[in-house]
Amino acid sequence: MAAFSCSLGRAFAAVSKPKHSLPSQINDRSSFISPSSQVPLKQSIIFRKTRSISPKTTKISCNLEASASSTSAKTFHGLCYVVGDNIDTDQIIPAEYLTLVPSNPDEYEKLGSYALIGLPSTYTTRFIEPNQMKTKYSIVIGGDNFGCGSSREHAPVALGAAGAVAVVAESYARIFFRNSVATGEIYPLESEVRICEECKTGDTVTIVLAESKLINHTTGKEYKLKPIGDAGPVIDAGGIFAYARKTGMIPSQAA
Amino acid sequence: MAPQQTQRTPATTGSVKTAMTMTEKILARASEKPSLVPGENAWVNVDILMTHDVCGPGSIGIFKREFGQNSKVWDREKVVIIPDHYIFTADERANRNVDILRDFCKEQDIKYFYDITDLSNFKVNPDYKGVCHIALAQEGHCRPGEVLLGTDSHTCTAGAFGQFATGIGNTDAGFVLGAGKILLKVPPTLRFVLDGEMPDYLLAKDLILQIIGEISVAGATYKAMEFVGSTVESLNMEERMTLCNMVVEAGGKNGVVPADSTTFKYLEGKTSLPYEPVYSDQSARFVSEYRFDVSKLEPLVAKPHSPDNRALARECKNVKIDRVYIGSCTGGKTEDFLAAAKVFLASGKKVKVPTFLVPATQKVWMDVYTMEVPGSGGKTCSQIFEEAGCDTPASPSCGACLGGPKDTYARMNEPQVCVSTTNRNFPGRMGNKEGQIYLASPYTAAASALTGYVTDPREFLQ
Repeated sequence: MAAFSCSLGRAFAAVSKPKHSLPSQINDRSSFISPSSQVPLKQSIIFRKTRSISPKTTKISCNLEASASSTSAKTFHGLCYVVGDNIDTDQIIPAEYLTLVPSNPDEYEKLGSYALIGLPSTYTTRFIEPNQMKTKYSIVIGGDNFGCGSSREHAPVALGAAGAVAVVAESYARIFFRNSVATGEIYPLESEVRICEECKTGDTVTIVLAESKLINHTTGKEYKLKPIGDAGPVIDAGGIFAYARKTGMIPSQAA
Repeated sequence: MAPQQTQRTPATTGSVKTAMTMTEKILARASEKPSLVPGENAWVNVDILMTHDVCGPGSIGIFKREFGQNSKVWDREKVVIIPDHYIFTADERANRNVDILRDFCKEQDIKYFYDITDLSNFKVNPDYKGVCHIALAQEGHCRPGEVLLGTDSHTCTAGAFGQFATGIGNTDAGFVLGAGKILLKVPPTLRFVLDGEMPDYLLAKDLILQIIGEISVAGATYKAMEFVGSTVESLNMEERMTLCNMVVEAGGKNGVVPADSTTFKYLEGKTSLPYEPVYSDQSARFVSEYRFDVSKLEPLVAKPHSPDNRALARECKNVKIDRVYIGSCTGGKTEDFLAAAKVFLASGKKVKVPTFLVPATQKVWMDVYTMEVPGSGGKTCSQIFEEAGCDTPASPSCGACLGGPKDTYARMNEPQVCVSTTNRNFPGRMGNKEGQIYLASPYTAAASALTGYVTDPREFLQ
C-alpha cells in the first residue's frame, strides 16, 4: 500500500530533517529565481502576503456543522455523496469547462459549480443542484481508482471549489492524488473496505482525521481509514507552496 | 579496542553500484545521485517542461502568485509552450487562454512557443504545430535519458524516446517553472516483453490495448512500464509513441522504450543538444514481467466505457456504428493515417458512416497531402481518403478526442456509437454523456468505417 501514498508529503517530511542536504538546496534562493532575474526575493514575499486566504480554509468553515474554529480542521461532518469505481476526470469536470482558469478567483468559483456534472444520468441525485454554485455534500465516497484519466488539476480544484472537503475512496489514480495534495483542495483519504457499497448519498457522516475513522450516523457503522500520513500537513497548510514556506523550505521572510 | 569505523552506506560512496532499471537510472542521474531505488523520493532536475492552452494559464497564474509577478522562469529554453487543445473554436475563453500564453512568452522571452494567431487558416501560422506530444517529438525536444514533464496526462508518450516523461498538474508545473526541479517518488517497473513478428493487420494500438486489458486501468498505478523485445525493436518511432501514449490509461507513471538506432535516426537533424541514453542493467529488478507472443494477437477494441474493456474486434462485428474518428496524439500521426489509407486502398469502396480525420500537427497534415501510399500507384493519403468518402482532413489540434467547446469539429453532440483511434472512452469523453466509444487502431477504425459496424481489419487486409 506504500505505493499509494503521496510522494510529495513523504518527501517534504523527510526534507525537514536537518541531516538532509536538501533544505539548503531549496533555501538557496538562486535555485528559485534564475540568475538573470533582477528581482529581489522580497517582491515575491510582498505578493505572498497579499494573496487571498486559501479557498479551502474558508469553505471548510462554511461546511462544518460543528463549530470547529481551527483552520486546520481535523473533523469533517456533513452529508456524503456516493459514486462508484473509476470515476475519471471527465466525469469530475468535463473537458468543455477547462477553459476556466483555476488561479482566477471568479473562474475558480465557476469551475466548482460544474463539479461531477459529467456523471451519467444513472446518478439520479446531482452533486450540485441546478442553479446552485456549491454542493450540499461535503464528503465524496468512491470506489477504486478515483480520479483516473487526465492530469487536469481542475478535477480536485472543482471538487474543492464546490465545497467538498474530502474524498474517501478505495484507491486513487496517482496524478489526481498528487494534485489534491499539491493544491490542498481536498483530503484524498483511503478506506480499508468498499465503503461505497455501504453508504448512500445523503447519509450523514463524520470523519475524524486524527483517528483515521469515518462514522456513518445514518447507518450507525464506523470504518477505519488509512492514515493520511505526511500528505496531511501539506493539505492542512494549503498545498505544497504554503507548506514549503511554513516549513522553511522556501524562504518565507527576507533575511 | 577496535578502531572507530564510520557508518557509511556503500551507496553514498559510489563504491557499490546497485542494478537499476532505466527509469531508476534516469531519475538518479537527474537528481545527481549515484543510485535510487523504487519508493525513494528525489528532487529531480527537469530538462523540458511543456504546457498547453488548457493548463498553461493556470500554471502561469500559480507561478506568478508564488514566485512573484516579475519572476523569471528557471530556463527560457527549457519551457516549451504548445497551444493545441481548444484552438479552432469561437469560445472566447479558449481564445483568451492562447493570448495568455502569448503574453507570458513575450514577457519571459520563451524560446519555443508554437503560436497561432489566425484561426481561420492554420497554414498561415508558421509557428503553429498542433498536438503537443507529437510536436515535442517532431521538434526534437524528446531526447534519450532526459526528464520531460508536461501538464497533460499523455506526456508519457515521450517515453518512447527512452526518457522519463510524465504528466503533472498546474501547481506542480508552477513550481517547476520557478524552480526547475520537482519532487518525485521513484516508481518500480513493470516489464513487458513483446516478441514475435508483428502481423500485418496489427498496430501498436492493438498491443497497448492488449496490455491494458491484461492489467486493468489501475494495473500500473504508480509504476513505470518498460517495453522491450523484438517486436518493440521493430516498431518505428511513431508506433513506439502510441505504445507509451496509453501508459496512463493503465494508471502508469511513465512508459519507456530503450533508445536504439531507430531512435537516433529519428533524432538526426531534429535536435542539436547532446544526449546520453541509459539502459536497464541486466540484473535490474522488475515488479513483474509480462511476455507476449505478438504473432498470436488479434485486432482489439476497448468497448465503452473503459480503456481496459478489451474485446476482439471480430467479436464486435454486430455493433452498428454511427461515425469514425481518426486523430489525436494516440492515433493521428503520419503512420496512423498511412495505416488507415492502406485499408481504404485495399477495399476500394466508400465509407458507410461519417469519417472524421484530424491530423495531429501541421507536419502530419502536410504528410497526409504529400506522402505517397505504398502500392497505390502514386496516390497520397488525402486522395485515398477523398475517394473513400471521408471528411476532408481538418485543422490539426486535439480536436474532439476530449469533446471540448461545443463547436469543436467532430465533437459528439448526440448519443452515438463511434470507433475512435483516441485514448479514452469514459462516459462523455467525446462530448455526449451517452455516447459509446470503441477505442481501436487506425486499421480497425478504417475497416469499421467501410462496413458501418465494428470490423476486424483482416476483412480488408488479407
